[in-house]
Amino acid sequence: MNTVDNAAFRAEGLTKVYGVGESKVYALRGVDLQVPRGEMVVLLGPSGSGKSTLLNILGGLDSPTEGKVFFGTRELTAFDDRHLTLFRRESVGFVFQFYNLIPSLTARENVALVTEIARDPMAPEEALALVGLEPRMDHFPAQLSGGEQQRVAIARAIAKKPQVLFCDEPTGALDSQTGIVVLQAIARVNHELNTTTMVITHNAGIAAMADRVLQMADGEIQDIRINAEPCDPAALSW
Amino acid sequence: MLIELCKPLDRKLLRDLWAIKGQALAIALVIGCGIGMYIMSRGMLESLQETRNAYYERYRFADLWAPVKRAPDALLEQIATLPGVRRAETRIRAGVILDVEGASAPITGEIQSLPEKPTPHINDIVLRRGRYFDPQHEEEVLALQSFVEAHGLGPGDHLYAILNGTKKKLTITGVVLSPEYVYAISPGEIVPDKKRFGVLWMNREALANAFDLDGAFNEAALLLSPGASEDAVIERLDTLLKRFGATGAYGRKQQISDQFLTNEINQLNTMGRVLPPVFLLVAAFLLNVVINRLIDTEREQIGLLKAFGYSGVSVALHYLKMIGVVTLLGIAIGMVLGLWLGHGLAAMYQDYFKFPFLLFSAPADVYLIAIGASLAVAGTGTVSAVLRATRLEPAVAMVPPPPPDYSRSAAGLERLARWLDQPTRMILRHLYRWPKRAGLTVLGIGMSMGLLIGSSFSLDAMLYMVDISFNVIDRQDVTVNFVEPRNLRAVQDLLHAPGVMAAEPFRAVPVVLRNGQFKRREAIVGLSDNAELSRVVDTALRPVPLPPDGLLLSDKLAELLHVEAGDLLRVEIRTGRRPEVDIPVRGIVKTYMGTAAYMNLDSLNSLLKEDIAITGGYLLVDSQHTDALYRALKNTPVVSGVSLQEQAQNAFYDTLQESLGTFVFFNTLFAGLIAVGVVYNNARISLSERGRELASLRVLGLTRGEVSYILLGELALLTLLALPLGAFLGYALARGLVYSFNTELFRIPLIISPATYGYAVLVVVLAAIGSGLLVRRRIDRLDLISVLKTRE
Ligand SMILES: Nc1ncnc2c1ncn2[C@@H]1O[C@H](COP(=O)(O)OP(=O)(O)OP(=O)(O)O)[C@@H](O)[C@H]1O
Ligand SMILES: [Mg+2]
Repeated sequence: MNTVDNAAFRAEGLTKVYGVGESKVYALRGVDLQVPRGEMVVLLGPSGSGKSTLLNILGGLDSPTEGKVFFGTRELTAFDDRHLTLFRRESVGFVFQFYNLIPSLTARENVALVTEIARDPMAPEEALALVGLEPRMDHFPAQLSGGEQQRVAIARAIAKKPQVLFCDEPTGALDSQTGIVVLQAIARVNHELNTTTMVITHNAGIAAMADRVLQMADGEIQDIRINAEPCDPAALSW
Repeated sequence: MLIELCKPLDRKLLRDLWAIKGQALAIALVIGCGIGMYIMSRGMLESLQETRNAYYERYRFADLWAPVKRAPDALLEQIATLPGVRRAETRIRAGVILDVEGASAPITGEIQSLPEKPTPHINDIVLRRGRYFDPQHEEEVLALQSFVEAHGLGPGDHLYAILNGTKKKLTITGVVLSPEYVYAISPGEIVPDKKRFGVLWMNREALANAFDLDGAFNEAALLLSPGASEDAVIERLDTLLKRFGATGAYGRKQQISDQFLTNEINQLNTMGRVLPPVFLLVAAFLLNVVINRLIDTEREQIGLLKAFGYSGVSVALHYLKMIGVVTLLGIAIGMVLGLWLGHGLAAMYQDYFKFPFLLFSAPADVYLIAIGASLAVAGTGTVSAVLRATRLEPAVAMVPPPPPDYSRSAAGLERLARWLDQPTRMILRHLYRWPKRAGLTVLGIGMSMGLLIGSSFSLDAMLYMVDISFNVIDRQDVTVNFVEPRNLRAVQDLLHAPGVMAAEPFRAVPVVLRNGQFKRREAIVGLSDNAELSRVVDTALRPVPLPPDGLLLSDKLAELLHVEAGDLLRVEIRTGRRPEVDIPVRGIVKTYMGTAAYMNLDSLNSLLKEDIAITGGYLLVDSQHTDALYRALKNTPVVSGVSLQEQAQNAFYDTLQESLGTFVFFNTLFAGLIAVGVVYNNARISLSERGRELASLRVLGLTRGEVSYILLGELALLTLLALPLGAFLGYALARGLVYSFNTELFRIPLIISPATYGYAVLVVVLAAIGSGLLVRRRIDRLDLISVLKTRE
C-alpha cells in the first residue's frame, strides 16, 4: 500500500455478507485491493467467487457490509445515494454481459442518453467510431447483432470519458471472434483515453491482454499477477 | 405455513399474487365498486318496489280519484256498480291554510274526511302514535307524521286551520302515515318541505259540517277490478259525474306522490343499468391488460412448465385461478359495499319517502347476477390471454423474446423526436410501439372522468333548472290561490295587503285536452296580457307575448299530446257551464317543470262565457314586510293556498345537497377509484416490464427523478390525452341521462358547467398523481444489481 497517489481506486477490508444466521453467505471476505491509474485489470475466478460483487461495490452499485472503498481521495463507501448517482454519472462506465441497451433508442441515442447528462463528454458519433460502429449509428438494438449491441454498450460507457470502466463478462454472450472485436474496443479505450479498466471474465485466455490479473476464490483475492507484456486482443483465442 | 401445504404450482400462484398485491387490490376494488353499485341500485329498486306494492296493497291505495264539486252520497251506489270498479268510497277533501304556533309563514295543507271508526277503507291511514279521533269531538284530527314532527308537535298539541273561511283551533290526537302521501309534496312544488305541507284527517261528519257538504261528497276514490281498463272507467266516471262538477277522474299516473315515487324508481333503474356495466367494463379491461402482461413476462416459465410436462390445461387453470382469486375478492368487497350503501340509501329514502317500513333487501337473483356478471367479465378479460399462454410451444416459450423492435416508428414522430431529449423519445416511441395498450389506458381514464361528469352534472342542471324556473319564468315571491273564483277586483285587494309591491291575476281552469286518442287532464292558466311576474318564455328563454286567442303549450305537454303549433286541440272545460271547444295551439313554450298550458286571461274568460274572474294572484313582496303579509294571509278566509317561492327554492337546495350531494360524493369516490385503478395498474405493469431498462439507466448515472420521468412522463401524457376524451364521454353520458330523466314532472336541461369539467379533471389528475407517487416509491427502491444478473 505505498503507491496511494497513483491508485485509481483502493479497497480496504471489503466484506459482503448476504442473509443472516444459518443461511449467511460470505460473498467477500476482507478484500484489499489497489488498482493503479490507467491499468487494464482482468478478474478471474470460479462462479460464485465474488467477482461481480466486488465490481459492483467498486462501481458504486452496491455497498459492502464492512470495509471501505476510496476513489482517488474520496471515500465512496461514505456517499449517499445522490452522490453515488453523481459518481456513476461522471466517473464510471459499466458494460454488462447482457448489453442492457434501451430498446426504444437507436445506437446513437443510447450513447446520447449518457452524453446529455455528463460534464465533458465526447460526441456520441465519436464514441461509436471508437468501437467501429459509425455506419450502424441509427439502428435500433433489435436491428444489431449481439456483438454490435455490446460495442454500443461500450461506446455508451466510455462516451462520458470515465475515469474507470467496469466490464462484467462483456464477452460472455458472444462467440470468440465477436468477443475479440469487443475486447479490442475495450483495449483501445484503455490506451487512447487512459481509462482504468476492470474486466471480469471466465476465460483465462483473456488474461493475456491485462496489465494485472486478479485471481479470486471464495470471496478472497488469492493471487495478483503483473503482466509485463500485455498482448493485443487480436492475438487472443479461446 | 399455508404455502408449504400447497402444490408447487399453487405456491407459485400465491407468491405471484402477493407480488402483484397492489394491482390485484386495485382491480378487486374496481370490480367491487361495480358490484356494490349494482347491488345497491338493483337492491334499492327491488326494495322500494316491494315496499311500495306491499304498502299500497295493505292500505288499499286507490287506483282512481274522481274529484267533483259536490255530489250526493247516494251516487256512491252507481259509482260502485260501474263496470270495472271493484270498490268505491266517497270522501271530502279540501285545500286548507294551516297555522302552527311559532311558524310565521302560512302553511299549505289538505284536509280529508275519515269514517267515524277506524275501519279498513280505501287510502287507509297508518296510525303511528296517539289515537284515532273521537267523533264526539269535532276539533280532533289526525295529522301527517312528517309535518307534525317537523314542527315538534305530537298528540295533544294544537294547530289552526282555515276551514271554508273560518279559522278553527284543532287538536292532534294521532300521528299518521298514508299511502297517498309517501312523497308529501304540496301541489306545484318539486321537493317536499316537511314544515310547509301538512295533511289532516277529520271525522267525516265534522268536515261535512265545516264545508257545508252534509250528505254529499267531493271526491270518490276507487279500486279497479283486476284487468279493468283504467281509461274506460275514467270515461264512465266522467260521464256519470259530469252534472256534479267533475274536473276529471285520474289514475295513479297523475297522483302526485305516486308520480314522484315512480320517477325515483325509474331513475334508480337507469343508474343501475348504466353505471355498474361501466365499472365492470373497466375491470375487464384492467384484468385483460394485467394478465396479458403477466403472461408476457412469464413466457419462459410457462414454456418450462410445459416442458416439464404440465399440460396446457393446467397452465391455463393456473392463471384462471389467479383471476378467480382477484375476482372473488372483488365480489366480496362488492357485497359488503353494496349492503352497506344499500342500508345507507334506505335510511336516506326513509327520510324522503314516508313508508311505514323500508328494509333494504336485495333478492337472491341480484347477488347471482352480480357474481355471474363479474365472473363472466373477468373470464372474458382473461381467456384470450390465457389461451395465448397455453398455445405457446414449450421450445418457443423458453427462448427469450427478442428485444422489442422500435425501428418502425412514425416519420412525424421521428421528426419531432429530433428536438427532444432521449428520455422523452423513449416515452413517445413506447407509446407508438404499443398504441392499443396506450389507447385502452386513455379510454379507461377517460371513462372514469366521464363517469364523474355524468354523475355530477345533474347538480348543475338542477340548479340551472331551478334558476330558470324561479328567476326567469316564475318571478313572483308569493302565489295565492282562492277558494272560489273571484272578481278581477280581488287583485286590488291583494295589492293593498301589507308589503305587496305588485300583483298580477291568474285563472286556473280544469280541463281535459284531447288530440284524437291522446288525452290529458290539465289546468289552463290564464294570464293577463302584460304579465311581468309569472311569464311564458320560449325555448330560448325569451318572454313570449300571449296571443289574443289560442293556447301556448309547454314543450312536454305538446309532446305528450302529439300536437304542434297551428294544430287544433279539443278542450273540454270541466267547470262552470263546461263548454267543449276546439282551440288552436299558437305556440310551444319552454318549461322545465310540470306540463303547463297558457292562455290570455280575457279570451279564457270569454270562452267560459263569464265575466273576468280569477282564481289567484302572483305577488311581488317587499322582503321587509313579509311577516305582516303572512299574518294577513293566514287570516284571509278566501285564500285556500299560498306558495312561497323563496321557501320552495330553499327546500329544493336543501334536498339537493342531501340526496344528490351524497350521490355525487359516492360517484366521485368510485370514479376516483377507477382512475387510480387504471393509472396505478398501468404504471405498475410498465414498471415490472421496464424495471430492467430503468435500473440500467440508474446504473448509467441517471438520477431517480430522471428515471421516474420516463415512466411517470408517459402516465402524465396518457392522462393528459384522456382529459378531452373524458370530457366527451361525460357529455355523452350526461346526454343519455338527461334523455332518460325527461319526465312529466321535470326535464333536466343538458347543462354542464365549466366547474364540473374542472372538478372531474381535478379528481382524475389527483388520482393520477397519487398513483404516480405510489409507483415513484417503487422506482426509488429499484434493485440495481439483480436486474443485471438476468437477461430480460
Ligand atoms: N442477492 C444475493 N443474495 C444472496 N446471496 C448472493 C446474492 N448475490 C450474490 N450472492 C452470493 O454471493 C456469492 C458471490 O456472488 P457473485 O455474483 O459475486 O459471484 P461471481 O463470482 O460473479 O459468480 P459468476 O461468475 O457466476 O457470475 C455467491 O455465492 C452468491 O450466491
Ligand atoms: Mg458474476
